[in-house]
Amino acid sequence: MNNVKEPLIPSIGVITDVRIDTPDVKTFRVVTPEGKKAFLHKPGQCAMLSIPGVGEAMFSITSSPTNTEFMEFSIKKCGCVTEWLHQAEVGQQVTIRGPYGNGFPVEEKFKGKDLLFIAGGIGLAPLRSVINYVRANRADYGKVDIVYGSRSKDDLVDYNEIISEWMTDDGINVHLTIDREQEGWTGHVGFVPAYVKELNFTTDKTAILCGPPIMIKFTLQGLLEMGFEKTQIYTTMELRMKCGIGKCGRCNIGDKYVCKDGPVFRMDELEELPDEY
Amino acid sequence: MQKITREILIDKAAFLLSTGVVGSVFGWRAGEFDYDVTPALFTDKTDLKNNFVFGDFCGANVSKYLIKATKNAEEKILVFLKPCDTYSFNQLLTEHRFNREKVYVVGIPCEGMADVRKIKEKAGEGILKISSTEDGVIVDTLYNGTISLKKEDILLERCKNCKSKKHVAYDELIGEDGTVLENDRFDEVAALEAMSPEERFNFWQNELSRCIRCNACRDVCPACTCEKCVFDNPESGVENKAAYNSFEEKMFHIIRAFHVAGRCTDCGECSRVCPQHIPLHLLNRKFIKDINQFYGEYQAGEEVGSRAPLVNYTKEDIEPNDAVNKGDK
Amino acid sequence: MRKCKVENIYTLLGEISKNAKLYIPVDQVNGAKFTEYAEGLTLSNALKTERSIKDFFFPQTENLVDFKVSGKIIEIIDNRSEMEDFVIFGARACDVRSMEILDRVFLSEPVDTYYANRRAHGIIISMACNRPAETCFCSTFGIDASKPAGDIVCYKGENEYVFEGVTEKGKNLLEKLNAVTENGGEDTAKIVQTEIKTILDKLPLKDVKADKFGKDKTDKFFNAPEWKTLSEACLGCGTCTFVCPTCQCYDIKDFNTNSGVKRFRCWDSCMYSDFTRMSAGQPRPTQLERFRQRFMHKLVYYPTNNDGIFGCVGCGRCLSRCPISMNIVKVMKKLGEGDNE
Repeated sequence: MNNVKEPLIPSIGVITDVRIDTPDVKTFRVVTPEGKKAFLHKPGQCAMLSIPGVGEAMFSITSSPTNTEFMEFSIKKCGCVTEWLHQAEVGQQVTIRGPYGNGFPVEEKFKGKDLLFIAGGIGLAPLRSVINYVRANRADYGKVDIVYGSRSKDDLVDYNEIISEWMTDDGINVHLTIDREQEGWTGHVGFVPAYVKELNFTTDKTAILCGPPIMIKFTLQGLLEMGFEKTQIYTTMELRMKCGIGKCGRCNIGDKYVCKDGPVFRMDELEELPDEY
Repeated sequence: MQKITREILIDKAAFLLSTGVVGSVFGWRAGEFDYDVTPALFTDKTDLKNNFVFGDFCGANVSKYLIKATKNAEEKILVFLKPCDTYSFNQLLTEHRFNREKVYVVGIPCEGMADVRKIKEKAGEGILKISSTEDGVIVDTLYNGTISLKKEDILLERCKNCKSKKHVAYDELIGEDGTVLENDRFDEVAALEAMSPEERFNFWQNELSRCIRCNACRDVCPACTCEKCVFDNPESGVENKAAYNSFEEKMFHIIRAFHVAGRCTDCGECSRVCPQHIPLHLLNRKFIKDINQFYGEYQAGEEVGSRAPLVNYTKEDIEPNDAVNKGDK
Repeated sequence: MRKCKVENIYTLLGEISKNAKLYIPVDQVNGAKFTEYAEGLTLSNALKTERSIKDFFFPQTENLVDFKVSGKIIEIIDNRSEMEDFVIFGARACDVRSMEILDRVFLSEPVDTYYANRRAHGIIISMACNRPAETCFCSTFGIDASKPAGDIVCYKGENEYVFEGVTEKGKNLLEKLNAVTENGGEDTAKIVQTEIKTILDKLPLKDVKADKFGKDKTDKFFNAPEWKTLSEACLGCGTCTFVCPTCQCYDIKDFNTNSGVKRFRCWDSCMYSDFTRMSAGQPRPTQLERFRQRFMHKLVYYPTNNDGIFGCVGCGRCLSRCPISMNIVKVMKKLGEGDNE
């Protein structure tokens, strides 16, 4: 639930670290001016970041709730606000409000399950907080598989963390793939949906998808063909948002507001919505 | 008021449909009352017979709809155009907005269209029925009984100063063509010009302060056909829905007036649709008056392909200094 | 109940205006408008103001917050001003119901404090509709034009105005007006109500029904072929949205001014092409989808989320304002037709 008394008035956040992930993705670390975490959140929840005079936009919080020191946002350059952020340096203040959205049901639905994360490109950003949450509460969850693909090796977000942390964890299998052959890449080459089928996972897992619509579409098809039920598959949705609190009407689709009732939807819930996303 | 009946138009449409000349008909659809008519495309003969309407409330200029309607049409579209609509039609063709070959124009006479707002001002709320007479309407009301209203009291603002009963474009005419009319449409502009700059500023300040930026004036305007309006583009930096100071509305309307200058046929749709009753046509008319004065009489839409003086250099053109001086009186 | 003679109404209004800003409907060039009371103003006889009372609680443009930016440092300045007491006199039954619909949006968690403050500081004196218009269809949504809700309800009889306090703050205000009112008026109120009911029965839209719509009807109507014809002439302007007492979508915009950045909230419209456009794409690419959204929201989505209550109050403003005369009555009738066989 929102823990801010004035939902539309933000507070100040300070950028304390900027990491270049890919040619068009940077990860920003944000804390309050006092050096604390701005607010508590659940994996998959979002926050509104703004640069006054430039605009406000909704971003997925990519750091895990178990990180008690700061929040991180992996942001792809694709519009006014993001372009501005990409030029920001350490010490730059922004405004922040949140958390928004339902987040992933890590306690209610994921506990005790084997998890299959499937991400494409910047789609790893919202999943990163869940993955790290699961890693921090390892005993509560079963086996973890992560299938992650991008256009090229350079476009893989969080590559260092994947290599040095995720891949070294027990019980976590990371399957990386890139779209086309590339010098120095010895891993898998091919699109995510095909790779998922190739890997031939057992259907007792809970699948969590995030990526471009085309990837979601074909991966979903593949999972269903493999025998997954729609109730086993979760994904996140992206619509234009302004208020973040289910009132401004922009992200209304059917009787749902993506900013409040989403962004996480189970596939069967998603299919009940009008086809307008 | 209208001399021509809906039956004549329906017969014409049905004939052209059944002979295969056209595949659909653009006209007006009847509403809940006698006055709430909606522009509509008819493809079905029964629908046409039951719901096509023509009468004193068919003021809407349907030319602009042809851009959208012709895009996916495989067969010709029949469109009924009133004289003033044909000017917009030509102007749209001049600007290459749709393919003339896809349209079959039947020119229809117009006796001037009624403004339901004016009727309501005079007859009050609770209008049950409006019937046409030769020189006005008879209104049945809930509270004031039956009221007769004279044509001159209920005409749409633009029809009071009808500029032409002549069709400047058609494939076929119903009835006899009229002529370009003498009119007093620039009198109101002259009255504004006679004001002191301060009075004039206050006049517009007061009128435009009512603007709610619904954009109906722009959306209905046959000269506003940009595929993406700059005011709708969040990246343009001028997409302002918030009127954070009183300057905003003025900018919108003045920029729009500049943009349609020389292309505006003075069809008057902007003022007709304004929910806040702002006389927007006066801005455009001022430009028309100035253009006439500085460059010689010019009527946008009179001929397809005509070059507006503002985009057509001649040696006789007024020197900018003279224009400024003349405007600065 | 309390009453005052028709000729004394301005004394009463003057009394109210001593303690709070008072807005009364006054005829202006473009129809009746709620205008701040001043001696000499005359109450309009019009049935409805051009704009609804929504404007008082959710203004078209509102300064949410200001920022001062210097280098990398941002200062947040909360300079809100919506704490002033005000009274609206003469709101109609439809407009009063619209507040209930807006309340469910703005007062649900997390509460919109701007709206909540205005609600707390505003008192609505409603007025029974002596002369409903042909465009009225509030009864479709179970609204009784002869007995509006509100903090105080007012009935205008031939010789007297009658007042009935409904809510706590309404009763308190009425009590403060004891010097300019007297007890009684029940008979007048009854007569007025009966007269109104007789007229309501004669209204041309009295049989418009909404019962085919409501909760969980998305599947039934979303893909209806009728949307194409209904939306084909829609200009995509925001007139219906802006005159509508229940439309409440908004945008948030920043403006750079000489004295810093001002952040505004302003009305927006789902009818506009840029409403849902993102850098990633446009989920509602044509006017059909945008048009459908507005009506589906009022007739299906809103009721689904709000105990079956419709997002329309039948005020008829869109009926008289739409440039192409398309409106919710036509939509309901057309979509409802398919079912009649």
